[in-house]
Amino acid sequence: MSKKILLVSRHAPYGSSTAREAIDVALAAAIYDQDIGILFMDDGVFQLLKDHQGKYINQKNIDSMLSALALYGIEKIYVHQESLDNRTITTNELILDDLQLLNSIDVGHLLSQQDQLLSF
Amino acid sequence: MDHASIMIFSLAIYSAPYSSQASYTAYQFAVALLSQGHSLHRVFFYQDGVHNATNLAAPPQDEFDLQKAWQQLAKDYQLDLVVCIAAALRRGILNEGEAKRYDKASHNCAEEFTISGLGQLVEAAAVSDKLISFGY
Repeated sequence: MSKKILLVSRHAPYGSSTAREAIDVALAAAIYDQDIGILFMDDGVFQLLKDHQGKYINQKNIDSMLSALALYGIEKIYVHQESLDNRTITTNELILDDLQLLNSIDVGHLLSQQDQLLSF
Repeated sequence: MDHASIMIFSLAIYSAPYSSQASYTAYQFAVALLSQGHSLHRVFFYQDGVHNATNLAAPPQDEFDLQKAWQQLAKDYQLDLVVCIAAALRRGILNEGEAKRYDKASHNCAEEFTISGLGQLVEAAAVSDKLISFGY
């Protein structure tokens, strides 16, 4: 049985384990062949910045974990445009070039299309 | 309640007991849905939610014992209380088998709680009509 699942990631990459444990859920969902998408919004967009230096805080780089999403067949990766704008982040600063940018209205539509939401 | 409106629920709990109200709210939600005749497929403990499973917590006697309440509910309704193994190992929640595997002197996973993988959360999402998350 496959359901349309959206994982919403709203936390910064470091400082708490939330972002990392959210990615683990996404990968698990992909392994179990679910129709999974990921939406980055609020501080979650910081995860998508290039060139993390996690080694200075003894952390694995979140950006390289995110680069693995495609290998697991996760193709639906969404980013909330206003979250980027509010943090003065431009798209050329981001890893992954197949990101889909959504405004707030698009996000509303996306959420309403899902069978399940997993919010982190 | 007519049969058509019966739903299958699963709950995901992400916060530690006591320091956050989320686990208790999830418990109340579980009691409410079961009392209305719905079915509860699984309760999945992830992130700091895994602390719900330690059998070493000793709350004061005049305070609500949430773990005991989960255990009783699990017995009454044959609930599947599952703790994420990756999150549990990092936070020091171990069953006997994992304690042996990692050469630890003791184990602390409470009765009625099962340690398993994230696939159980994904499976719960797939088979349940509603997956409800508690905690951040």
